[in-house]
Amino acid sequence: MTKTKYLIIGNSTAAVNAVEAIREKDRLGSLCLVSDEPCHTYSRPLISYYLGNKVEEEQLFYRPSSFYYLNKVQAFLGDKVVSLDCANKQVVLDDRTGIQYEKLLLATGGAPFVPEMPGQNLSGVFTFTTLDDAQQVKKFIASHQVKKAVVVGGGLIGLKVTEALLALDIQVTIVELADRILSATFDRTASRIIERALKGIGCACLTNSTVKEIREGEPGRVGSVVLKDGTQVDCQLVIVAIGVRPRVDLAREAGISVNRGILVDEHLKTSVDDIYAAGDAVEAYDLIAQAARPIAILPTAARQGKIAGYNMAGAPKAYEGGIPMNSVELAGVPTISVGLTDPSTLADGERRNGMEVIQDYREKDSVYKKIVLEDNRIVGIILVNKIDRAGIYTGLIKDKIDIASFREYLLKDDFGLLSLPREYRKHMVTGQGIEI
Amino acid sequence: MKRIVIREEYCMGCRLCEIHCLVQHSKSKEIVKAYKGEFPKALPRVLVEEQGYLSFALQCRHCEDAPCLEACMTGSLHRDAETGAVICDENKCVGCWMCIMVCPLGVIARNTEGKKAASKCDLCAGEKMPVCVQNCPNEAITFEER
Repeated sequence: MTKTKYLIIGNSTAAVNAVEAIREKDRLGSLCLVSDEPCHTYSRPLISYYLGNKVEEEQLFYRPSSFYYLNKVQAFLGDKVVSLDCANKQVVLDDRTGIQYEKLLLATGGAPFVPEMPGQNLSGVFTFTTLDDAQQVKKFIASHQVKKAVVVGGGLIGLKVTEALLALDIQVTIVELADRILSATFDRTASRIIERALKGIGCACLTNSTVKEIREGEPGRVGSVVLKDGTQVDCQLVIVAIGVRPRVDLAREAGISVNRGILVDEHLKTSVDDIYAAGDAVEAYDLIAQAARPIAILPTAARQGKIAGYNMAGAPKAYEGGIPMNSVELAGVPTISVGLTDPSTLADGERRNGMEVIQDYREKDSVYKKIVLEDNRIVGIILVNKIDRAGIYTGLIKDKIDIASFREYLLKDDFGLLSLPREYRKHMVTGQGIEI
Repeated sequence: MKRIVIREEYCMGCRLCEIHCLVQHSKSKEIVKAYKGEFPKALPRVLVEEQGYLSFALQCRHCEDAPCLEACMTGSLHRDAETGAVICDENKCVGCWMCIMVCPLGVIARNTEGKKAASKCDLCAGEKMPVCVQNCPNEAITFEER
């Protein structure tokens, strides 16, 4: 039985940031980390860049190779935790190693969701969340001369895979259930701009559609998909990128409170003492929804990992809540979306009074700026093609600043700190005793 | 750590800081080549904001609790152990612009000439004093232990 002060399950963003936070407060306490992936910590969003040959395998690493050594981490890589016993504070790995902990962090991440459909076990059908997935897809493309692919799901992962496949000269058809791509993060106008750009580089987008069945071509292999309207699309590769769900099995089986994600308090502690959770697996406070929600994005995972790490190391710090946000460049069009981007999609119960939208859409240049306001405070933005200094808006959202006095400047291309009230500007730049 | 202090009441909006910064971060470190002969052309990492009589030079504050460090998906943004500066490893950066999305000061720029990479103040690593401070004719930015 191994004994450790800190145990972290997971090896991605939340886990790594927790390691760093723990080591900031406690240089020596023993620290073990377990991950079912056999590799050094890597950047998940980079796997689509890797597939598209934009980065080499060695550039994927999220931290230098000395990371575990320098942080005195005993890493069990390629080992799966099969059970968690909260009462005796120990876990058991698949090779029957037991690890006893004082403080535990569950950073188990998310798992891709694949709906039941005939043919889903054929060779050539993949999900796309891990490095292993990317390597498998890459190998498959190289050995089977893939010319056509179908990507199921027009969300961010689906579109990043699409971009990678297009870079490999593979013809791509995106099949999206909603009436537009990126429906979760964008509004209609922004979706249309990206859809147009994707079509411009030779990609087909079939919206209001779904794959009913995957059909065999060569024995055992994908040959085509059949859509719900009966259309058949030939392809040798299918990537299912419908969405990711929090990986909560381990927590649930151990009796930890779980809803859609693992439930945590403001210190990111779960329902069980000494067990914390962070990252895509949790459901923590969402500043925009004003309720607990899973926000499966990297900055949130990093923040939560860090805060959980501080709390585990005995330096209490509260999590201020997260804001859903994404920055993604597709077909050469940079976009940023933060917070609530489309009030019209809110369900009746979620609708709040005092919401309004100001926007600037220059159709010819595909430039789009949209700001969603609620009682004179920004709650969401979409920026397409002009994204510079976007973080100023994000800061205003986070700090809940009343924009009434500078509203007229918000959409201007030279909007900057100068447009902000002097007091707030001073506060921002003075953070550490610097005057402006 | 030593930080750049902004004193807006002394800024004249001459933008010499921007020019010196660009040259310092060019390959040749010569002004004519830096502006006319290099590809990719370096960007200034300091920005002068100006409106009427008011102006100031703004660059990365190297925040203690830096949101860009948390948002960086590649690990290219990191804190220099010696100087405390937030540094971008431009070779590792892929230009996802997550840092731009979260920087509340808007001081990270997109360099899209050649390889895409985030461009930000590095406090002129290797210099005793950042060149913007060295060359400010009116001490509108100073370099002080804070």
